Amino acid sequence: MNLQKQILEVQPEIEEYARNYGLDFFPTVFELIDYDTMNQLAAYGGFPIRYPHWRFGMEYDQLAKGYRYGLQKIYEMVINTDPCYAYLMNVNNLTDQKLVMAHVFAHCDFFKNNFYFSHTNRKMIDEMANHGTRIRRYIDKFGLQAVENFIDTCLTLENLIDYHAPYVQRKPESGKKNPEANAPKIKRLRSKKYMEKYINPPEFIEQQIKDREAREHVQYPFPPEPERDVLNFLIEFAPLTDWQRDVLGIIREEAYYFAPQGMTKIMNEGWATYWHSTIMTQKALHPAEIVDYAEHHSGTVASHPGRLNPYRLGVMLFKDIEDRWNKGKFGKEYEECDDIKLKRTWDKKTNLGRQKIFEVRKLYNDVNFIDTFLTEGFSREHNMFSFAFNKENERYEIESRDFKVIKQRLLQSLTNLGQPIISVIDANFKNRGELLLFHQFEGVELEQNYCHDTLINLYQIWNRPVHIQTNLEEEAVMMSYEGEDIKMQNISRN
Amino acid sequence: MSLMSIDYDYNRFRQIIKGKIKENLRKYISSGEMIGRKGKDLVSIPLPQVDIPRFRFGNNGNGGAGQGKGEPGTPLGGDDAEEGEGKAGNLPGVHIKEVELTMDELAEILGEELELPNIEPRGKKQIITRKDKYTGIRKTGPESLRHFKRTFREALKRQIISGQFNMEKPSVTPVRDDFRYRSWKTTSLPETNAVIIYIMDVSGSMWDEQKEIVRLETFWIDTWLRHQYKGVETRYVIHDAQAQEVDRDTFFTVRESGGTVISTSYELTEKIIEKDYPAEEWNIYIFQFSDGDNWSREDNSYCVELLQSELLPKVNLFGYGQVESTYGSGEFFDFLDRNLGESENMVLSRIENKDEIFESIKDFLGKGK
Repeated sequence: MNLQKQILEVQPEIEEYARNYGLDFFPTVFELIDYDTMNQLAAYGGFPIRYPHWRFGMEYDQLAKGYRYGLQKIYEMVINTDPCYAYLMNVNNLTDQKLVMAHVFAHCDFFKNNFYFSHTNRKMIDEMANHGTRIRRYIDKFGLQAVENFIDTCLTLENLIDYHAPYVQRKPESGKKNPEANAPKIKRLRSKKYMEKYINPPEFIEQQIKDREAREHVQYPFPPEPERDVLNFLIEFAPLTDWQRDVLGIIREEAYYFAPQGMTKIMNEGWATYWHSTIMTQKALHPAEIVDYAEHHSGTVASHPGRLNPYRLGVMLFKDIEDRWNKGKFGKEYEECDDIKLKRTWDKKTNLGRQKIFEVRKLYNDVNFIDTFLTEGFSREHNMFSFAFNKENERYEIESRDFKVIKQRLLQSLTNLGQPIISVIDANFKNRGELLLFHQFEGVELEQNYCHDTLINLYQIWNRPVHIQTNLEEEAVMMSYEGEDIKMQNISRN
Repeated sequence: MSLMSIDYDYNRFRQIIKGKIKENLRKYISSGEMIGRKGKDLVSIPLPQVDIPRFRFGNNGNGGAGQGKGEPGTPLGGDDAEEGEGKAGNLPGVHIKEVELTMDELAEILGEELELPNIEPRGKKQIITRKDKYTGIRKTGPESLRHFKRTFREALKRQIISGQFNMEKPSVTPVRDDFRYRSWKTTSLPETNAVIIYIMDVSGSMWDEQKEIVRLETFWIDTWLRHQYKGVETRYVIHDAQAQEVDRDTFFTVRESGGTVISTSYELTEKIIEKDYPAEEWNIYIFQFSDGDNWSREDNSYCVELLQSELLPKVNLFGYGQVESTYGSGEFFDFLDRNLGESENMVLSRIENKDEIFESIKDFLGKGK
């Protein structure tokens, strides 16, 4: 019996288990593919058609080598679309396939229900293919070299988007601030003609005219508020041609599409792992499959010394939450209890665990998930530590076992997807149309060489000198590129 | 599924790596690495890649959270913070498994990636050994050589074809015809022996960073030569103003201060060879790592003399790796190059930083000696 047929037969079974547990997902299409097709698809981020670019070839090279050398293999890949497409590797045995199907349904459920995915385009397969068509057309028209080089430039700026923009309103919708519109006119008191000179003396009028002129010369900052969506700012205001604007828009749109996946990695993998283990051990597993299952599952949640496995951290936290809410280990009474023994054996039989984890998967992302649910007890039980770079030895070392430090380090590594927070603060810097970016420094310095090269690329787009303010060795500095070489100056005020 | 254009993108990428197109990206090509696992250790496998620059965090002030044993101050496995997060899952819902590598597999990967030629052994006396290797399968043979897996596979095939196999109640019973046995082939293997003598300058000017580079280089050289020769012995010589032979652990940890007289290490190496490794029976490799600082010009000349008359005639390869350090003058490299640059079996290589390790291994081993 061939595998495809077997898969089709087990799919409804696993699907039913998943639905009965309350998982709610888009219709899911499974495709059984060979390893090479899998590697190709994975290189394209799961999408069959993307725009042509060498970096997909590079991804493929790495995946193909990893597979060929037996370093890694991909079991499954799911993409966030409606219907949801999931690819399974055809060489895996049926037990593996059942496991990854259960895993996939949980991912789909997460895609469909988690708040941070609520703005994603569920028809992204079509959209990506359209992007491909548009960029191919530009290549035909303007030449491969020009278009590819421009894409390279855009990719260096790809991470300069506002990851939370889809969920909040940053700017007031209407009422554009036009300073001239409500600028006061010259005031005159009503008077008879012969009294004019006394009621509105000429000096007073003159003073008002002067004031108005002075107001007109006041520099209103542009942008009025720091702009986190640097890409959008460039699309709107950089001197680009139409096709360049479109290409930059494409890069930006795709970056926003993939953003929620980066923002929920721990949760999404944890959720899928929680459900594959629940479904398999409670329902789907036949006695003969135990060994295969155990091997695969343990591989998934293995902890490598020193590393944090997102699958493992996620699933452990979900289990911890479930347990706490089942036993009522939350709320004022529990938090304020000082008796350690009592706390440990605390069990109010609240049985709210399942309900709670479903709520968590709907409302949280990795940052507030960790912030809210990572407890000191959990950290100690799982032997967590924080690590930091030691300048003297030039290496990463274990820094502390203190819960506060661990949590802070972990949150720091997840905030803004572990990338520096950078915004445009002045697009008319020095009153010469130069672009000034600001790095919100929170203790971690920028990598110098990358910073230089990114500035050079930014210059290609802005076409005027570009600057970034950041901190280096505890001093505020500004790095600038004006077309020749990188300059750095100390701007600390003291 | 539609036809994918990965071939196109892949070729484009290869061309960039080979430096044929897009000169502007050349400086972003790094030899990269893929993390493999060898026993408890992580090893990296060379993997060229183009690193697109971005605003991103550097090391200073950086950190994260991990899991496991260790006191504050214990170094982490890798040097890169990203490793702390694990490589899995940069793609949506991708589920990746890591597998272990054997030493031989590692060596093959290295050979393939760096396009290393196989080594032509030099030892005049080659001992040929005959060895039976169980490589084939046949239908007859002694019970002790019965191949269970193959046998059951045959049985399973037969049952499926004949429709006797029941999915609900899987049971497989081999009959006489299904039995398969291992069979052997006798192969002749040239048995060659090799010795690697590592020399390192441990004077004050070699710092941890330089030593780390040496450690990685020697790891890969060992891996490759062990793959090429059946028996490989290693010896370690350290020197500052004097030379001494040490064991492997000491070699990488000891630090002396004071001056550097390179010739002392050559003299000691000469003695080791003289005593234990007659040149006509052994393939001899010497790899020397230094920051290129020597005590005096006279000693430089003496070194060249020793190399020319004593060492080079006896060895397959003499590799000199100069690990760049801010404290060293780096003169020795130029001196060797001027005086012995023509020698067939000497390779000089500069290793400025960790990224250049693979390049330098290619220098050393690329000659096929």
